[in-house]
Parts: sequence; C-alpha cells; structure tokens
Amino acid sequence: MAFMSGVHEGQESIASLTGTFAVKSGLADMLKGGVIMDVVDAEQARIAEDAGSVAVMALERVPADIRAEGGVARMSDPALIREIQDAVTIPVMAKARIGHFAEAQILQALGVDYVDESEVLTPADEANHIDKWAFKVPFVCGATNLGEALRRIAEGAALIRSKGEAGTGNIVEAVRHLRSIIGDIRRLSVSDRAQRYAMAKDLGAPAELVEMVAVSGWLPVPLFCAGGIATPADGALVRQLGAEAIFVGSGIFKSADPPHRARAIVEACAHYSDPEIVAKVSTGLGEPMRGLDQSSYGTLLAERGW
Amino acid sequence: MNIGVLDLQGDVSRHRAALLSLACDPVLVRNARQLDDSDGLIIPGGESTALSLLLESSGLRSAVTERIGSGMPVFGTCAGMILLATSVLDGRDDQLPLGMIDITVRRNGYGRQLDSFETDLRIAALGEDPFRGVFIRAPVVVDAADGVEVLASLPGECPAGSTGAVLLRRGGILVSSFHPELTDDARIHSLFAGMVAGPVVTDRATAAVQESTCSKRGI
Repeated sequence: MAFMSGVHEGQESIASLTGTFAVKSGLADMLKGGVIMDVVDAEQARIAEDAGSVAVMALERVPADIRAEGGVARMSDPALIREIQDAVTIPVMAKARIGHFAEAQILQALGVDYVDESEVLTPADEANHIDKWAFKVPFVCGATNLGEALRRIAEGAALIRSKGEAGTGNIVEAVRHLRSIIGDIRRLSVSDRAQRYAMAKDLGAPAELVEMVAVSGWLPVPLFCAGGIATPADGALVRQLGAEAIFVGSGIFKSADPPHRARAIVEACAHYSDPEIVAKVSTGLGEPMRGLDQSSYGTLLAERGW
Repeated sequence: MNIGVLDLQGDVSRHRAALLSLACDPVLVRNARQLDDSDGLIIPGGESTALSLLLESSGLRSAVTERIGSGMPVFGTCAGMILLATSVLDGRDDQLPLGMIDITVRRNGYGRQLDSFETDLRIAALGEDPFRGVFIRAPVVVDAADGVEVLASLPGECPAGSTGAVLLRRGGILVSSFHPELTDDARIHSLFAGMVAGPVVTDRATAAVQESTCSKRGI
C-alpha cells in the first residue's frame, strides 16, 4: 500500500522527499509517552510547554465549552494559530471539521505540524472524510473501534486516537473505545488467514490492512487516547490499557490549578506503571474539572464520523 | 550485553525493536536501578523540552551524567542529540543540556513538520550501501569542536549556518540528527552495539567487534 512506500531499502533517490508517510507517522512516534494539550491562546500554550507537554492543540474553545455553548464549531481563526505557533517551540496541531478539506488546506498553508480531523467540530461532510493522501501535513483521526481506525488509515491518517467523549471529563468512553480497538487487534493476531477475510468484511476495513494488523499485532501507525482524561490516574489508566500517548482537552484548563495539573499528568503519563509516582503527583492538585455523567452528555460527539 | 533505552518519553519502541533485531537485550530505563543494569544507553527522539524536564524530576539527570562521565557509551538521536550537546540554540531557559559532546546544535533547524524529510546518506563507516536518513523536525549542527568525528553529512544543500554534519562521534558518544530507528536498517544500532561491546575502536575495527557481539539477524 502507498503508506508502506516511505522507506525503501537499498534504493537511492537523488532528491530528498518531504511529506512521505515515514515522515508523517515518524512525528507521531516522537510524541509517544507524552501529553498533547488543548490550548485556546498563547498563554495557555506556554503553560502547556512549561509543564512538559510534547505538543499543543490550538483551538478556539475547549470541548467542554463547545458542548455547553452549542452552535457550529469550526476551524480556529488563523491569527490565533499563528499566535500559538509563535509562543512555543513544540509542535502545534489544529483541528479541521470532518470532510472539510478546505479548512485542512488552510491549516497546511499556516504550517501546522499535525491536522486533527475532529469530531469535536461540527462535521462538514456526512459521507466522506478528507482524502489525507492529498496533503503533505500529517493527520490524526479519532476512532471508536478497529474498523473505523483502519478506514481512517486507508484514507491516509498517520496517527489514530481513540475518541472517548470530548469535554465530559469522564473516562468511561475512552476506556470503551481503547478496549474495543486493542481487543480486536488481539483477536486478529490469533486468527488464521481464512478468518481474516470475514473479519475484514465485519470490520468494514481493507483486507490488506487487516492482514498487516494480524501479522504485526498492532496498527501500522501509533495509537493515542483522547476524550475524557481529567486526572493523572486517568492518564495512567489508559497508558496501561495500551495507549501510547494521551490528548488532554478540557481536563487541564477547566481545572482549579492548570499548571500544576498539567505537570502532574505529564509525570503520570511517563511513569504510568509506577503507582508510587502517580500517587505523589496526584497529591494536592485542587479541584479537577467538574465533568459530566453519561446521562447528561446531550450530543454524543463520538458518533460523528463513520 | 544490555543496552538501555531511556524510557521517559519519545520513540522508545522503535529503538527497542532495532536492538531486538540485533539480538541485543534492551533495558527500558526509567530509574537509576535500570540504568545500572545497562552497559550502554540510547537517548531516543522525542520532545527535548519534555525529556529534559522528565530527566530532572526522575533523578536520572545526575545518574546519566555520572555514568557517561565514567565511560558508558551513549547514542542520542534527534532530541537525544540535543540533550547530549554542549550548546543548544533556540532552546528553552529551563532546558539544560547534559553537555557530553562538544557540538552546538539548533533546534528545529530545518523548520516545521512540513520541512521534515527523508534522504539517502553515504556513511563510509557502514560500507557501500546508502542509509535512509529520516529527519523529523530535526536539529542542525552549527558547530563541532576539533576531535569530534563527522561520520555522515547531508548531501546537497544545508540550511544556512549548518555544518551539514548529521552523524557524529567522539569517544563513546554517538549522535545523529536523523532517526535510524524509523527504518528497518539496523546498521547504525549495530555500530553502537560495537561501541558498547568493546573499547572505542576505529571505524574498520568496529565492524569486526560488532560481528562478534551481536548476531546479524535482520540485516
């Protein structure tokens, strides 16, 4: 498949190549073990970088506010993205609406480091996601199950994040999606070849990608977790479940003490398997974001995208 | 022989896979005890700002500095190169390099992710076949002191102010601005394994040493 063509053994090219799949998913490899934080202005971006964030996600409103305020949620103002790019030295990501390739073109023109084709924004196309192969900038996409993840990878996504339910501060959906994706990867890896064709049909995913997952025992791109992480313990939980890094949206800047909480989540994400360190960093952080119970979500953002 | 991979943040899993392909035993290093079990250390790519903070809070900064000072070989890729350099331009005030190899580097020297690239490198120490260099928001080497050996340079044009050097060595310290772990070619990991196995040797002798220390499975 095209995404395997990044690195050729023994083949020499005269010119250097940009925008290859190796370069796109390579940046995701560098973010592993880290925390990517949602920020709405330069000041929050600096707090995130000071706390040890590996990247920031620039957006106009954090998901909790999008959820509360309603209305159509769109790509951020380019001025805001530039302000955040100027404020930090770490990678800057930004969100485009599902299927809104013109927003993605603008984000690429602004030089963002990753585009998140995100269900947190209001979808622009009810049938099609963006053709991500057409871009030089890498894309991250959300998924609730393995089939959805593989469809996004087939469209050119270089990084997958389990969706969770953004803006709720409730980890339950993130856990469900992560367990579903990783559970299906495990089932695939003990299947025989004959079974995989039927599994590809059930998953609604290309047979070639299903075969790759079965043989390698993992997605062909990194798998991060998003949607509902509010505490260091939440970070440690999803890392132990198999997430290779985490996105924290509203959980930091909707809490009582963002700098302190941001730092604690960074430590917990790195030392996720050491409960003593997670206990230490979880101490005295003040109020977490209030969060929403499942019965009061209203719209389920995770159902956007297919 | 155990080679440690600093496991605080960054591309740990791909380095681990490269070491496994050489039948070297990787140790994931998150604390001083795991560092004690390592005969050499790889500092992976990642975000150098985050890595620097986590080195400090984990207490590993002094332990790593001490071990390298007493001769433990170390291999830094990308962010790892930045951490091992004596001088970092465009860094952050709280980003304290370990200062182990006398080079000056500039962070994100090629630009943003859109400028990340891959290209073939000629590396005499590895033989005839080119090595695919994958550069991700890579640092550039602005200056290298006398005595720092340049093992590979970028072909063609380099960013202004760059020396073009992308793989350098001094004594037991090896640094690259690109990511050999992102390819299936383990020759640079094999070169480092040779450095860990024996006293620091010349290029030609390295090949002989690595032959005897790591099985060549997967190359």
